[in-house]
Amino acid sequence: MPFKRYVEIGRVALVNYGKDYGRLVVIVDVLDMNRVLVDAPNMVRGQMNLKRLSLTDIKVDIEKAPKKKALIEAMEAADVKNKWENSSWGRKLIVQKRRAALNDFDRFKIMLAKIKKSGAVKQELSKLKKQAA
Amino acid sequence: MVQYRFHQYQVVGRALPNEAVEHPKIYRMKLWATNEVRAKSKFWYFLRKLKKVKKSNGQVLAINEIYEKKPTEIKNYGIWLRYQSRTGYHNMYKEYRDTTLNGAVEHMYNEMASRHRVRAPCIQIIKTATVPDELCKRESTKQFHSADIKFPMVFKKVRPPTRKLKTTYKAKKPNLFM
Repeated sequence: MPFKRYVEIGRVALVNYGKDYGRLVVIVDVLDMNRVLVDAPNMVRGQMNLKRLSLTDIKVDIEKAPKKKALIEAMEAADVKNKWENSSWGRKLIVQKRRAALNDFDRFKIMLAKIKKSGAVKQELSKLKKQAA
Repeated sequence: MVQYRFHQYQVVGRALPNEAVEHPKIYRMKLWATNEVRAKSKFWYFLRKLKKVKKSNGQVLAINEIYEKKPTEIKNYGIWLRYQSRTGYHNMYKEYRDTTLNGAVEHMYNEMASRHRVRAPCIQIIKTATVPDELCKRESTKQFHSADIKFPMVFKKVRPPTRKLKTTYKAKKPNLFM
């Protein structure tokens, strides 16, 4: 299987370990085989080990080590935020966050909604069974 | 930021004034040490070898830590060093790509320890410099100079996001493809 996601200037990655866990960052320059210079709109540009990054499919069109303003403009142009939130990976993370932030009343509402949904599914199933029989 | 073991200090000192010499020459040195006390000690060690002055008849006028001017830019650092091996003294030139000089020096100490079994007290840094891309000598730094550098991550290291979630056994085999 050939590789589709490369470590390159402009690749968007997700931090999967450490203090900045869960943040989307852009690879802005490559230090050496293990480390990259990484930047995001709300953080100071810094180096990060590639072991802490999961590459995504999104790529931003920038030159090596752009200024912060240029980086933010390029991220707007590539529509990183929307692409991420509409991708299946991004959506899963959003759902995880919402589930972690539920309070008891929300969980009660979810319980009712699940019961209703499974009731509707079972009704349809029994209808189809009757037709088949 | 990262905690570096070695800090860069600027130490300024001179011999004490006496009747023969009213205003002795002032010497300034940039060196690496883990703390200020050690920096002053190293200053006298090197100055003794160069000039006829000792700590007992000299004074340190100033000691300041030198910080990195642009820690968000990647630079190529060349480090010239003199180290003591089991059989004698040797000179060496090493290159590192890093954002800060302290980081490159720390990298150098670790690399000397691992590759040549040379401990920190046996290393003397002669000179450090920021080397522009064209003048780099080592292939391993030159290969990262291209503007459209691109390589895949061949092996995905699967690890839990916090040490708390670490267990000896997991339910599923990990997916190692990036």
